[in-house]
Amino acid sequence: MRRRRLILGLGAGTGTLLLGGCDRLSTLPRTQSVLGSAQWLTRAAQRALVSRDALAPEFTRAQIAPVFRANGTTDPDNPEYRALARNGFRGWRLRVDGLVESPKEFSLDDIRSMPAQTQITRHDCVEGWSCIGEWTGPLLSDVLARVVPKPQAQYAMFFCADPMDSGSDYYYESIDLRTAAHPQTLLAYALNGETLPIAYGAPVRLRLGRQLGYKMAKYVMRIELVASYRAFGQGGGGYWEDQGYAWYAGI
Amino acid sequence: MMLHAVQSARTLLRRTGCADRKLFIYRHSLAVRVLHWVNFITLTIMLASGLQIFNAHPALYWGATSEFSRPLLSMHAMQDEQGRTRGVTTIGSHAFVTTGLFGWSRGGDGSLTERGFPRWATLPSDAWLAMGRLWHLFFAWILVVNGALYVLSGFSSGHLRRDLWLTRTDWQHLGRTFLDHLRLRFPKGEDARRYNGLQKLAYLIVIFVVGPLIVLTGLTMSPTLDAGFPWVLWLFHGRQSARTIHFLCAMTLLAFVMVHIAMVILSGLWNNVRSMISGRYAIEATPSPAAESHRE
Repeated sequence: MRRRRLILGLGAGTGTLLLGGCDRLSTLPRTQSVLGSAQWLTRAAQRALVSRDALAPEFTRAQIAPVFRANGTTDPDNPEYRALARNGFRGWRLRVDGLVESPKEFSLDDIRSMPAQTQITRHDCVEGWSCIGEWTGPLLSDVLARVVPKPQAQYAMFFCADPMDSGSDYYYESIDLRTAAHPQTLLAYALNGETLPIAYGAPVRLRLGRQLGYKMAKYVMRIELVASYRAFGQGGGGYWEDQGYAWYAGI
Repeated sequence: MMLHAVQSARTLLRRTGCADRKLFIYRHSLAVRVLHWVNFITLTIMLASGLQIFNAHPALYWGATSEFSRPLLSMHAMQDEQGRTRGVTTIGSHAFVTTGLFGWSRGGDGSLTERGFPRWATLPSDAWLAMGRLWHLFFAWILVVNGALYVLSGFSSGHLRRDLWLTRTDWQHLGRTFLDHLRLRFPKGEDARRYNGLQKLAYLIVIFVVGPLIVLTGLTMSPTLDAGFPWVLWLFHGRQSARTIHFLCAMTLLAFVMVHIAMVILSGLWNNVRSMISGRYAIEATPSPAAESHRE
């Protein structure tokens, strides 16, 4: 009878205990790294199932969201950035360097004069919502082709103008060169046919077709090609990755 | 009323249980027992972490995108005329005050805060989307592997065909079985050897409809998979619809589990739990010699 009561008591409390236990485990770095490792399995499975160049669905103008939500930073609290913005970003230069044969600086006019893509795609936020917008800009691969990546380059790092956490850190992100070469990876300077507003990342933001919104760095100031993203920030490969979000943001 | 039902069911069991001799049958195979408990842990974590993820944007929509002004369901906090903050849940154009439960409930420090589901329902209990996603997307793999093992072993062992497939008689008696369940009259003796039609139907719907649906709608929310398999968007009418169906499937599974636990308690808690741990399930022995020969 004692055994019976013991097991019943255990059974009744199991759900609560289970979640309470998981709640405590959540704060351990070990738990986070073990659970986080599933993203590499997910990435391997998705790479096996989805071809390198498979395109995200594109939509019609009629499906464009009347209100496209602006998330994250919407007005960078950065005096240098604000000075550039006041001047219509005429003084803005996108530096592309790192593991490249010929580092270059691009003005906004340089970026605008490149062959542009216009794509009406869905933006999926990690919070769960989606909005459709029309993005215009050159392919990132065209920009990278002008600086000629070295063979040891593996990732493109994006350094941004928006300060995070009381100004000590700036937003940053990284993508692999396979993603950088995708035909829906753009450096977008226009949204819905208008010059990209500040709330959406002016003058230029990254647009990806197949990953979540936090990968798509806004207010891009510099792109650096690297062999590993571990040396930057806390080593997660991006601002949100350092807060525990998956680097592979494909789901 | 619920208490009364439990009481009367207990008296019923006591009355019938004492007089007759018990006969133990081997009800659940080792595979089913192990997979069952793995599934229990996994579903608990998936539900609670899923509600954490839902809380990051506690609203559901239909179609490809989020039409923020027209959610199908939303949970938020708002001020009433007296300036007091209320938790409000909307379903379509209907609004319900759900203070303390949905939209406005106690946070970790005890003060009221705006959140969709309350902290006792989410994993982690505090608002922490990154951690909720880590739990959810890790255990999603375990859920799928566990489910696949169950279906494979169920087919190869004949468990699905033998124990869960509805016979002609099951279909004919379905209405009757339903009414019996409402009256809390459960099969006894020889009838308790087998699952009844209602039970079989519930399990089959969960295994072959809700289970695959919740996995597929979950995958439809992946922008990468949408590129590789755009037909899933057509199938579910868009990513936000898939998210809504995913949520409804989760609520269906929750309802299933709650009914399942209620039935486990009402039809003999200890006997059911033991059969899922050791495999041994007691039925009332009938005097007929035919039954004796079936003893396992």
